[in-house]
Amino acid sequence: MAKRIEVKDLDIYYDKFLAVQGVSMTIQPRSITALIGPSGCGKSTFLRTLNRMHELVPNARVDGKIFMDDEDLYGPGVDPVSVRREIGMVFQRPNPFPTMSIYENVAAGLRLNSTRIKKADLDELVERSLRSANLWEEVKDRLNRPGSGLSGGQQQRLCIARAIAVQPGVLLMDEPCSALDPISTQAIEDLMLELKSDYTIVIVTHNMQQAARVSDVTGFFNLRGVGQPGELVEIDETTKIFSTPSNKATEDYISGRFG
Amino acid sequence: MPSSTERTRAHRAPQRPGDRVFAGLSTGAGVLILVVLAGVAAFLLTEAWPALVAPAEDIPGGEGVAIYIWPLLFGTLLSAFLALLIAAPLAVAIALFITHYAPRRIAQALGYLIDLLAAVPSIIYGLWGIAVLAPLSVEPSEWLAENLGFIPLFAGPATSTGRTMLVAVIVLAVMILPITSAVVREAFRQTPRLHEEASLALGATRWEMIRMAVLPFGRSSIIGASMLGLGRALGETMAVAIVLSVSGGVTFNLISSGNPKTIAANIALDFPESTGIAVNTLIASGLVLFAVTLLVNMAARAVINRRREFSGAN
Repeated sequence: MAKRIEVKDLDIYYDKFLAVQGVSMTIQPRSITALIGPSGCGKSTFLRTLNRMHELVPNARVDGKIFMDDEDLYGPGVDPVSVRREIGMVFQRPNPFPTMSIYENVAAGLRLNSTRIKKADLDELVERSLRSANLWEEVKDRLNRPGSGLSGGQQQRLCIARAIAVQPGVLLMDEPCSALDPISTQAIEDLMLELKSDYTIVIVTHNMQQAARVSDVTGFFNLRGVGQPGELVEIDETTKIFSTPSNKATEDYISGRFG
Repeated sequence: MPSSTERTRAHRAPQRPGDRVFAGLSTGAGVLILVVLAGVAAFLLTEAWPALVAPAEDIPGGEGVAIYIWPLLFGTLLSAFLALLIAAPLAVAIALFITHYAPRRIAQALGYLIDLLAAVPSIIYGLWGIAVLAPLSVEPSEWLAENLGFIPLFAGPATSTGRTMLVAVIVLAVMILPITSAVVREAFRQTPRLHEEASLALGATRWEMIRMAVLPFGRSSIIGASMLGLGRALGETMAVAIVLSVSGGVTFNLISSGNPKTIAANIALDFPESTGIAVNTLIASGLVLFAVTLLVNMAARAVINRRREFSGAN
């Protein structure tokens, strides 16, 4: 069920301001694609166009095409709500619903997607999602406690469990470890490598080591200059990007000469 | 945590005068609230006491203080709860519209307008009730009595003056609507963007997002705002005194000419002509009102605290 994503000549606007220009890339199923680049270069903005979260900002819009397998995500008559049900997202800061228990958090998406699920089926889906997120053993005795009582790393894994509970085709992660300590980061990275066998994962990260550790393909975003739109400079096998990038700016960035 | 307090005692930080002054001022303000509350309670108790112990035939009406106060209490509770029943859902809807549906410019104007409405004195609402709403209510009341008369609330016969409980309830509802929706609006506005996005990213529609993130987050504020509104409706004097044509009975009938009185309006209307034990009786009814408002507030607190862990405040 992992889906392939194809982006063609995507321009991203905030009102009249062109934020990201001319992105084209193919994201392979069952792989991890990392997007790196300096702050403000539009990698998070780009990520949010993949599940049509970008357009929640008033007057934000895109030009160009995004296909998920053969489905045109921005085609006429496509409901952004159904796109988001197919493409899960994990955010920079862990954001479990504070008013819901751990169980309810994981079940939240399931309850949206199908009107009636039998309690036993729901229990099973919640357990499976928590197991997939490597969180089951830690929370199985307190499923009815609030999700906000967990540690930051646990909360982030809870959010991953919530996202994968609805079995999306693609999982987007927007700097999922930037608010976490190294041990929790490690846990999330291990989890990503496990999830790769079932999902297409796209991760935005500021941490180049993280991109090198987990991803198969790395895309480098950069700004041409101040006030200029961001662009995808280069996208290639991660090993190639981090050893022999074909673009000078990429080399400067990964070797720490700027950014 | 005893260990940490012991440690602070052992290594006491140097005291700064600014800190000390401010701590004193805020403690004083906190104590003042308690003193005022205790003073009011003491006043009500001592002044009400003669009526509470007086023989039944001395009390106005001649049947004792409980029989005197009960219809008043009934009228007060009936009008306030019905007003809240109308106002609370409307207030939540208005707050949702302003924070999540209206275009920004309209939302701003509307929010400003509601803040203004909250500041209108209650006597104005009372005048509007008797001058505009009461005559307007006559025909619908007759219709209600004819067609929905089987419901005790609309048993009729409908009065031709329009000075009914129904009109009083609507006036009260309109009166508490602005303050209630203003409080709820502020709570909804503070819903973390993070949680709204979490539900939208799961594929929630706007209404589902509101149910998942906004309403649960605002739950305690909705209760708090309702209690604020209820408190205002319970204690409202002038609007009710002007609108309601009273006979003092206990009835659920909202559209007839025989309406129960409310405590506050009764005190306002009768106090100038009362002497002796009658004054004490009125104050005893005030004591009951005071106790009811306290109870309502405590109940609301308890409801909020029961789900504290899930409030998002931790």
